[in-house]
Amino acid sequence: MRDQRSKPGLFSGLANPTRFLSLSGRVLPFMTGITLLLFAFGLYLCFSTEADYQQGDTVRIMYVHVPAAWLSMMCYMVMAVAALGTLVWRHPLADVAHKAAAPIGAAFTFLALLTGSLWGKPMWGAWWVWDARLTSVFILFLMYLGIIALNRAVDDPGRAARLASILILVGVVNIPIIKFSVDWWNTLHQPASVMRLDGPAIDPEFLRPLAVMALAYTFAFFTMHLVAMRNEIFRRRVAAMRKVAANRAGRKAAVQPVKEGR
Amino acid sequence: MLALYLRDLKLSVRAGGSALIGVLFFLCVVTVIPFAVGPDLALLARIAAGVVWIGALLATLIGLERLFQGERDDGSLDLLRMQETPLVLTVFIKCLAHWTASVLPLVILSPVMGLLMNMSANAMAATALTLLVGSPAISFIGAAGAAITVSLPRGGLLVPVLILPLAIPVLIFGVSASYAAVTEPQPFLPPFLILAALTLFFAVIGPAAAALALRQAED
Repeated sequence: MRDQRSKPGLFSGLANPTRFLSLSGRVLPFMTGITLLLFAFGLYLCFSTEADYQQGDTVRIMYVHVPAAWLSMMCYMVMAVAALGTLVWRHPLADVAHKAAAPIGAAFTFLALLTGSLWGKPMWGAWWVWDARLTSVFILFLMYLGIIALNRAVDDPGRAARLASILILVGVVNIPIIKFSVDWWNTLHQPASVMRLDGPAIDPEFLRPLAVMALAYTFAFFTMHLVAMRNEIFRRRVAAMRKVAANRAGRKAAVQPVKEGR
Repeated sequence: MLALYLRDLKLSVRAGGSALIGVLFFLCVVTVIPFAVGPDLALLARIAAGVVWIGALLATLIGLERLFQGERDDGSLDLLRMQETPLVLTVFIKCLAHWTASVLPLVILSPVMGLLMNMSANAMAATALTLLVGSPAISFIGAAGAAITVSLPRGGLLVPVLILPLAIPVLIFGVSASYAAVTEPQPFLPPFLILAALTLFFAVIGPAAAALALRQAED
C-alpha cells in the first residue's frame, strides 16, 4: 500500500509542544541579540537626531510612545489570530499564544498611555484628556485586563482558552476604532501622520529613528512572547507532573494502611 | 420562542428574579449621587443625564449574571443547547425577555430619577428615549459576558469587568445625544443614530458570541 501519510504543514508541525520548545529555544538567543542591537541603534538615533523646531527635545518621547501604541494594537491582532486558531483549528499552541500575549499587550498599552501622558503635559498642558484616541486606547487597556482576569478565573486551561478566545474576538472591533478615531472625531491627539494612504507626513529625519525603534519594539515583543509561551508550556507541564505525583502519593497512602493493619 | 420569552419574563418578575432588584439598585445609585456631590441644583442638572445613564448601565450589568445562571443550575441549559432552534435565536429571545423585564422598568422610571436630579422636561424625554434605544445594546453584549462566565463559581463578579469596555461607547453616545437634546447648537441626530446602530450591531454580535460561549462551556 502506498504511504498515505502527508507531511505536516508549518503550523500543524508546531502544534507539538516539544518541537515548538526546541525550535524556539534555538531561535531565542538570536532574537534577543537582534532586539538588543536594534534598541542600541534606535536609542542612539533617538538622541542624536535633530530636535523639532516647535516641540524641541520633547519630540523624542514620540520614539518611545508611538511604537508602544503600535505594538499594543499589533499584540491584540496577534491574540485575535491566535483566538481564531483556538476556536476554528483547535491548535493546541494557539491557547498558549494568546494567554501568554495578554500581559505583554497590557504592558505595552500601559506604556503607551504613560508616555503619552508624559508627552501631553508639556504639549497640551494636561496629563489626560478624554478625547477619542485616548479613550479608545484606555478601553483597550481595560479589555486586556479583562482577558487576563478571565484566564485566571477559569481552572481548566482548555476551556479558559476557548472562553478567552471568544472575548478577544468580540473585542477586536475596538482596534479599527482606535486607528480611525483621530479621523472620525475632532480630537486633540495628532491625526494619522505615518500610516496614511498618502504616505508618511513626517520628515525622514524623524521617520528613521521611529522606524528603527518600531522594529526594535516588534522584535522585543516577539522575543518576550516566545519566552512567555515557553514559560506557559513549562508551567502546564509542572502542573501535570504535580497531578501525577499527587495521584501516586494518594495510591501509596491508600495501600499502606492495609499492610500495617495486618 | 414565544413560550421561552414569556417563561423568562415570568421568572424575572418573581422573587428570585432580577427585575425588582435592578430597579432598586438604579434608585440607590441615583440617590447616592446628590449626597456625594452636594445639593447644588445647577450642578445636578448639568450631570443629570450622565448619572441616570450610569445608574441604568450599572443596574443592567448587575442583573446580567442571572441571565443563564438559573438555567445552568437546574440543567435546562443543556436542554436549550439540544433544541432544533439555533442557539443564537434562543439567546436572542432570552436577551429580549431580560430587557423587557429588567431594563424596560429602568427606562420607564428614568424620568422619576431625573426629577431627583433636577432635570428639565426636555432632558427627561431625551434621556428616556436614548435609554430606550441604547439599553438593548447593553443587554445584548452583556449576554455574551454572561455566557462566557456562566460556568465560573464567582463568575457574576466578572461580567461587569468584561462587558464595561464594550458598553462604554453605548454610554458615550447615549449621554451625548441626551445632552444635545437640551443644549442648543449640538446636533441630536448623529449620536442618536450611532446609538441605534450600536444596538443593532450588538444585537447580532452579542447573541452570536453568547451562543458560541455556551457551546464551549459544556461541562
